[in-house]
Amino acid sequence: MLLLECPYCGVKADETELTPGGEAHLKRFGPGSTDEAFEEYLFLRPNPKGVHFERWRHAHGCGKWFLAARDTATLEVFGTYTAQTTEPPEHIIDAIRAKRPDWSQA
Amino acid sequence: MSDLASALPGAEAQGLVTVREAGLVGMVTFRGDLSAPDTAAAIKAATGCDVPGQRAVVTEGEVSVAWMSPDELLVICPHDAATGMAAQISAQMGAAHHLALNVSDARAVFEVAGAGWRDVLAKVSPADLSREAFGPGEMRRTRLAQVAGAFWMTGEETVRVICFRSVARYVFDLLALSAKEGGAVGYH
Amino acid sequence: MSTRLSTGGRLIDRSRQLTFTFNGKSFKGVEGDTLASALLANSQTIMGRSFKYHRPRGVMTSGAEEPNALMGLGKGAKFEPNQRATTTELFDGLTAESQNHWPSLDWDIGEVNAALSRFLPAGFYYKTFIHPRPFWKHVFEPVIRQSAGLGKVPKERDADRYEHFYAHVDVVIAGGGIAGLQSALEAGRAGARVLLCEQTPHFGGRAPVDGVSIDGKPAEDWVAATLSELEGMDNVHIRPRTMVAGVYDHGYVIAYERVADHTPEADAPRHRLWRIRTKQVISATGALERPLSFPGNDKPGVMLASAMRDYIVNWGVSAGDRTVVVTNNDDAYRTAIAIKQAGLDVPCIVDARPEANGALPDQARALGIEVKTGMGIAGVKGLRGVVAVKLCRQAGEGAVVEEVVCDAVAMSGGWSPVVHLWSHCGGKLNWDEAGAFFRPDHARPPTSHDGAGFVTCVGSSDGALYAAEVLPNTSAATRGMLGQIGKTAADAPVVQADAPDEAPLAPIWMMPQGAGPKKRAKMWLDFQNDVKVSDVQLAAREGYESVEHTKRYTTLGMATDQGKLSNINGLAILAGELNAAIPQVGTTTFRPPYTPISMGAIAGEARGDVFQPLRRTPMQDWHEANGAHWEPVGQWRRPYCFPRDGESHRQAVNREITATRNSLGLLDASTLGKIIVKGPDAGRFMDMLYTNMMSTLKPGKCRYGLMCSENGFLMDDGVVARLDEDTFLCHTTTGGTESIHAHMEDWLQCEWWDWKVYTANVTEQWAQVAVVGPNARKVLQKLGGDIDLSKDALPFMAWAEGKLGAFDARVFRISFSGELSFEVAVPASQGRALWEALLDAGAEFDATPYGTEALHVMRAEKGFIMIGDETDGTVIPQDLGLDWAISKKKDDFLGKRGQQRSHMTDPARWKLVGLETLDGSVLPDGSYAMAEGENANGQGNTQGRVTSTYYSPTLDKGIAMGLVLNGPDRMGEVLEFNTTGDRTVKARIVSPVFYDPEGEKQNV
Repeated sequence: MLLLECPYCGVKADETELTPGGEAHLKRFGPGSTDEAFEEYLFLRPNPKGVHFERWRHAHGCGKWFLAARDTATLEVFGTYTAQTTEPPEHIIDAIRAKRPDWSQA
Repeated sequence: MSDLASALPGAEAQGLVTVREAGLVGMVTFRGDLSAPDTAAAIKAATGCDVPGQRAVVTEGEVSVAWMSPDELLVICPHDAATGMAAQISAQMGAAHHLALNVSDARAVFEVAGAGWRDVLAKVSPADLSREAFGPGEMRRTRLAQVAGAFWMTGEETVRVICFRSVARYVFDLLALSAKEGGAVGYH
Repeated sequence: MSTRLSTGGRLIDRSRQLTFTFNGKSFKGVEGDTLASALLANSQTIMGRSFKYHRPRGVMTSGAEEPNALMGLGKGAKFEPNQRATTTELFDGLTAESQNHWPSLDWDIGEVNAALSRFLPAGFYYKTFIHPRPFWKHVFEPVIRQSAGLGKVPKERDADRYEHFYAHVDVVIAGGGIAGLQSALEAGRAGARVLLCEQTPHFGGRAPVDGVSIDGKPAEDWVAATLSELEGMDNVHIRPRTMVAGVYDHGYVIAYERVADHTPEADAPRHRLWRIRTKQVISATGALERPLSFPGNDKPGVMLASAMRDYIVNWGVSAGDRTVVVTNNDDAYRTAIAIKQAGLDVPCIVDARPEANGALPDQARALGIEVKTGMGIAGVKGLRGVVAVKLCRQAGEGAVVEEVVCDAVAMSGGWSPVVHLWSHCGGKLNWDEAGAFFRPDHARPPTSHDGAGFVTCVGSSDGALYAAEVLPNTSAATRGMLGQIGKTAADAPVVQADAPDEAPLAPIWMMPQGAGPKKRAKMWLDFQNDVKVSDVQLAAREGYESVEHTKRYTTLGMATDQGKLSNINGLAILAGELNAAIPQVGTTTFRPPYTPISMGAIAGEARGDVFQPLRRTPMQDWHEANGAHWEPVGQWRRPYCFPRDGESHRQAVNREITATRNSLGLLDASTLGKIIVKGPDAGRFMDMLYTNMMSTLKPGKCRYGLMCSENGFLMDDGVVARLDEDTFLCHTTTGGTESIHAHMEDWLQCEWWDWKVYTANVTEQWAQVAVVGPNARKVLQKLGGDIDLSKDALPFMAWAEGKLGAFDARVFRISFSGELSFEVAVPASQGRALWEALLDAGAEFDATPYGTEALHVMRAEKGFIMIGDETDGTVIPQDLGLDWAISKKKDDFLGKRGQQRSHMTDPARWKLVGLETLDGSVLPDGSYAMAEGENANGQGNTQGRVTSTYYSPTLDKGIAMGLVLNGPDRMGEVLEFNTTGDRTVKARIVSPVFYDPEGEKQNV
């Protein structure tokens, strides 16, 4: 059972205090977008074995959504960060590279 | 109005600790930019309290202000003062973007009193309740078995537990059961 | 026969006699006994029957690994099956019954299975009960069910209570033997927060039994001194009767505390499930002795050597008067020595190794015990007990060399470290060739959130099986672990233990090594599931090469003991048959819990009144007192109707509807979701959330709106009131409140974080009452106050705020029934008073509280949709004729792009219509409109379905809504609907608005 630190309130939150929200950093496609782009936005997920960026809400806590970089196979957590960003911040990328030198950002 | 009713008027259970409903408590939820000096000034003027730091509770007289999230505070005050408190905060904030609402009646408050309160709460909350991790001056929002809740210490041996009003019966039963004689853990 | 010795027993207090019953017979035991030791003391050697062949079985072990002595404990509401006699502390009045026997333990009719055992090989059920197929349901399954299962299911509701307990520590130590104690000492002195758990009531593990001396004193004294030092440390918490059951991701550990199993009369939780977050886990779980596979090794009287020693030393109980010890290692000699020292006979030690010259064999010989090396057991004589063993050469095929008369056999096949906790979360194992066991591979530990290992095995659990190795291993490993969590070990010398040196064991997987098929069919590997050497070999011959497949095919290592005794032996046999090395065959995965834990402990407090939260409105007490019949809506319980004396629910609903339409009805609408959306960008945000244009709504007005998911599907609906230029109040469905609020916050926090909008869920701040019917205005006016409720001042779809009598009210002129209707919201603390004030003031209008069913019927009479009835997550607003609520002017809203996809714009969709049966009956809920032909699966085609169907007392006939292919274009057409029987029902497509289509009634 995961333990993730909420970057807003600093609580090391038990998984039972959180709700999951799927993949992070999706780019929204609205009216005017192609069927392919819309399909990708709504349905297509890479489901990697390894480094993954994902959304969590501190539902039984401060109520904020935050993002986590995690290895889906080992459950190692490289870091959590606030959701107001379109891509992972530099310190998260660095933390991943330090642990997974072969990793490249898709 | 005279016949105002809290969620579970007079509810009380004795056991390893005493659990009792605290009656009507005034509460104002505030959302705004907590880092703005104008916000600090407005909160100070309306409540007498400074804006608390992360997860902290500050108290001045009958009013406490708790940090709930980076853009949310909970002002705790006498029940009959809550509507005025919300209005005063809004007046102080002026045109600055914010939200101040009286939410007193959306909540129920319980007082858990007795030396064993940490063990009693540890039966229903995954929060770390050790003295090192949780002490006076902190508001901890967490899970109480199956519902959301929060608590803060009002004394070395008393803690106040807030939950939504609709689940007051559930939370009271939960705390009373956890406090039942025979269930002492002797951990904290 | 087994009996109580006149002296000895370090754990018992002979002065305190206890009475208990076993299979209805009364027995005496003493304080400190386990149920198993007490039964042995009473010469009750048969304690159960095996699962498949119903063979009589005696106790095999003295601990958690016991496969045979499983009992049904307690009675009635306190009955629990499958409890191990070896881990059950005796108390006065305990009642136990043995399992898997009929009609009695001593004479069991199922024993015939044993005679048929050659016809019941591995995979028998799979092979036999396949054809003919129809036999499965009516013949095979009932027969198998009759004989399957271990123990009886309790028939009464569990009388006990249970609880959870959350703890946060630096180190959890599993096991209170000398390794666990030493580890706790190291961690405690270093200032770590330590939780030390021991599954039994006693600390010290095997060391005091085995006569080890530590630090120059007897182990017992060292254990007592260490415990007392630990008890003096504030940062160390010690928990007996607590088994670490499982290790999970990120340092989550569960432990199972048996608080009151031994004091069942105490008013205490029976079990407590510890839910622990720890930085590190120390596995000091010791090792388990393995049986030897010789013919007849399952007979009552054959026992693990260590267990026999435990019974003598701990409980003063002997397994027999003449005990043959059979072994492949030195440790078992301790048992022979203990038996001899208790004044009993050991006719010989049968040692499969070619020679035995260590300190322990020498000590045995010095006591006059004959040691027969290179020998094995070829058979055990006796039916319900042991009368003699037949000896043979281990190297041969089993020709009997001599018979030795005895009444008990102590066997030892070596020891396996308990590596379960290492393995639960992915720690890998290495095969130790010298010791013939799996040990933790330190290079591949289970890893935590930081990618570093978080489980450390110490002592025997790490493969340091000899007493002298245990403490140095423990100290070194614990100090390494402390460094990992930033603690510094105290500067103390490493304590040493003294015990005789032991020679290496010889891996003996079959005895004798050349045994033929007949003998192999009598060598038990898994005692609980009756899996023999021959079964595993058969599985291998039939192609089961994977140990995981073999396990499932033969049932090796299943059931309550999960292969604690059988795992390595079975693996070795499989490897031998496959001609592969043991590590190549692999090992099965260890999964939590280590031993079974009760369902009650898992549920914790969540039963009875607090099984789940039931949400209550401020008026709930009134509803309860007035006989409400409930309908669950999410976690709320809403009144479905308020039946009066002698009224059926249907009659009550009809009465409530009629009273409301004719005069005045009151509905507790407090559960309706209420979310505040405020800020300079609130209008823009509302336009994205709702399909309608909400930003044009004027303060003081209300508008019905729809919310869709990005996928285009209708998700929620409700009335929006604009409170002021900056602020909207969104009403949501009762069940959707929390998810809609979360949905709003998601978009605001994660997509449009630069928009200036705040939301707040204020649902519970307000009690809300729908005041409905032609007399609604009159009753509100009777309450007085300063709100002008006239048609002109407060027209349909407007709202006002002010005093309603003494109440602080918001009044919304909205209607879900088609009648003149006001929804009155007051702070929740005033809710009960408002409800009663309305009942009082409404008495002259026959004010009638109504429930959710009347609400549903009235809305259906008006053709209003209900989320969850007309929608199911695949329905778009356009399907429901709600195009009018979808803005054409907006460039974007959530769901707009989704609704532009070809399937959504296809004209041939199922769309909302009203349905009226030709005979006036009520269409069955969920009926389908049948169409010509069949689909690819041979099922009849359909062209629509019923989404809501009711009896309308207003119209005195059945009314329904449904989704029908091109429905709105087919008005007047008659469709045929199926039912659960052969009958079909004909219904005509009509407008979904059955009542007051012009909307005159709500507009007065």
